Amino acid sequence: MLKVLFFARVREQLGCASLELLFPETGFDLDGLQRQLCDEHGEGWCDVLRQDNIIRAVNQVVVTGNVGLSDGDEVAFFPPVTGG
Amino acid sequence: MKQPPLITVQVQKDNFDVGLLQAGLLAGSSDEGAIATFTGYVRRDNESRTVETLELEHYPGMTEASIMEIARQAAARWPLLAVAIVHRVGVLHPGEQIVWVGVASSHREAAFSACECIMDFLKTQAPFWKKEQGAGQEHWVSARHIDSKRAARWQTDSIE
Repeated sequence: MLKVLFFARVREQLGCASLELLFPETGFDLDGLQRQLCDEHGEGWCDVLRQDNIIRAVNQVVVTGNVGLSDGDEVAFFPPVTGG
Repeated sequence: MKQPPLITVQVQKDNFDVGLLQAGLLAGSSDEGAIATFTGYVRRDNESRTVETLELEHYPGMTEASIMEIARQAAARWPLLAVAIVHRVGVLHPGEQIVWVGVASSHREAAFSACECIMDFLKTQAPFWKKEQGAGQEHWVSARHIDSKRAARWQTDSIE
């Protein structure tokens, strides 16, 4: 399984805080996950996830660019942070 | 042998007592010559909007780990004895405390610099998101370029 989390503005725009999906195959990666979410949920999701300031994290560590995923990974999509 | 600094990180809904937190930093040691602290509050007016409530969302697990890593990096750069960081989440109102950072060291330079550095990275790296509500409208607070610039200063060696 892959656990996918959405936070803040991204969560509200998608109307979804989290979902789980079956890990498809060895070699699956973050860009592939984003494409799959896009295909399964439609153009609205594509537009939200494609925003260029979206931050992606894998297993609670921010990643830049595409990375490989493993079964059991936790992936998160969120907007720039505004704490403090 | 030098002891690693004691680092504590708390993400919580409840308010906090800065006096107790500062006393906790001393915790039985007499090596501290300096403690620098920062307390952040909810502003009434933010970028010309009137704030009635401020809701803070976080990413449980990653937020705490991210703050811990920021504190560890500060401890690797300056000779620190203790670091404590408290950040609130949930619904807050103007005038309420949001965040507290306390740094203990033998000397003031390290305490001042580490405290400021930790706040700069906390604002730009730790996963928290603020949503303001006021005058019947909701507004997700945008990340500010000035905060990124402030954090980037610490990447150079120009400030010690």
